[in-house]
Amino acid sequence: MHELSIAMSIVDIAREAVEKAGAREVSHIELEIGQLAGIELRALDFAWSEAVRNSVLAHATKAIHHIPGEARCMECETVFSIQALHQLCPACSGPFTEVIHGKELRVHALTVH
Amino acid sequence: MCITCGCNGDGHHLHGQEPHTHHHEHTARDGRVITLEQDILQKNQLLAERNRGFFEARGITALNLVSSPGSGKTTLLERTLADLHPDTPCFVIEGDQQTSCDADRIRATGVPVVQINTGKGCHLDAEMVNASVKHLKPTQDALLFIENVGNLVCPAMFDLGESARVIIISVTEGDDKPLKYPDMFHSADICLINKIDLLPYVNFHVDKMIEYARQVSHIDTFIQVSATTGQGMDEWYSWLKEKAGAAVSLE
Ligand SMILES: Nc1nc2c(ncn2[C@@H]2O[C@H](COP(=O)(O)OP(=O)(O)O)[C@@H](O)[C@H]2O)c(=O)[nH]1
Ligand SMILES: [Mg+2]
Ligand SMILES: [Zn+2]
Repeated sequence: MHELSIAMSIVDIAREAVEKAGAREVSHIELEIGQLAGIELRALDFAWSEAVRNSVLAHATKAIHHIPGEARCMECETVFSIQALHQLCPACSGPFTEVIHGKELRVHALTVH
Repeated sequence: MCITCGCNGDGHHLHGQEPHTHHHEHTARDGRVITLEQDILQKNQLLAERNRGFFEARGITALNLVSSPGSGKTTLLERTLADLHPDTPCFVIEGDQQTSCDADRIRATGVPVVQINTGKGCHLDAEMVNASVKHLKPTQDALLFIENVGNLVCPAMFDLGESARVIIISVTEGDDKPLKYPDMFHSADICLINKIDLLPYVNFHVDKMIEYARQVSHIDTFIQVSATTGQGMDEWYSWLKEKAGAAVSLE
């Protein structure tokens, strides 16, 4: 369950941001998670409560922005939406695609106090 | 509701360790929004790049071996080390704890090995590799094999700074593995199809597996091997030597 290390990395990022801002804690955090980022949201929720305990995120609410998958065909340049990595290009059926969105895994913003 | 702590403002709860009652304002205005746009894996990524720089400067070829539990990573390593070491200096970082004796099996080949204690961890990360390399002290132009935790999900997103990622699938696993674990295949550079000696006894279609792998990855080298009989191992060694030749340090 790599979601636990992901959650712990988020706690580290939040702690650094809180220290830098001279604040005490975080009340709200916004994450951006692409649909192809390899994160299971249920597993992340499960890991979250464990990871944030006694941290600056202990009382924070979290919001997740889902970023849909989008790919570009390397043959014909068509841009199309994807739900999985193995989808063929809808225009030319080419298998070689480049993921341009959906792999995101970011802390977008924090509200600190 | 208290936006600081999510309580209902009844005045009896903890903020951190200190009990207090509610005198502070409960408006969205207290609090400052900081926009970060920070990649969550950035710390691992930075450390992985440092490892990569360390390896490149010394001409070390670092291979990250990933597979399901039991696909034959350790067996494949044992045979590879027995055949290549010490003509080609080899080093091993053992990160798989499925069986505690993996490091002992490697040590028996006479190759320097460091065991990473991953505990309940499901993957190696760049920091663990960084710490292990400091102990192991791989020499110039060596091959450094890193046996990752047997898991085709979690290790996919953690760059260790490796020169190449080697995915091992065995014919006893089912040829649709690439479709079940697309992220892992997507991140791999070469695929070894192991236990090929068992092919006559199982319902595994090599061509189909390769076709699926091509759909989800950019892998262009597929080598059929048997770590127990030695079949196909020479092709694997040729690939390793070519890779190592390209990595030779600028002395
Ligand atoms: N028949 C056969 N068995 C193999 C081969 N490679 C590994 N094995 C067996 O598969 C089991 C798991 O191997 P191991 O190397 O421990 O897998 P790991 O968990 O990926 O390190 C052991 O019983 C090995 O003897 C192979 O090429 N052919
Ligand atoms: Mg093993
Ligand atoms: Zn196309």
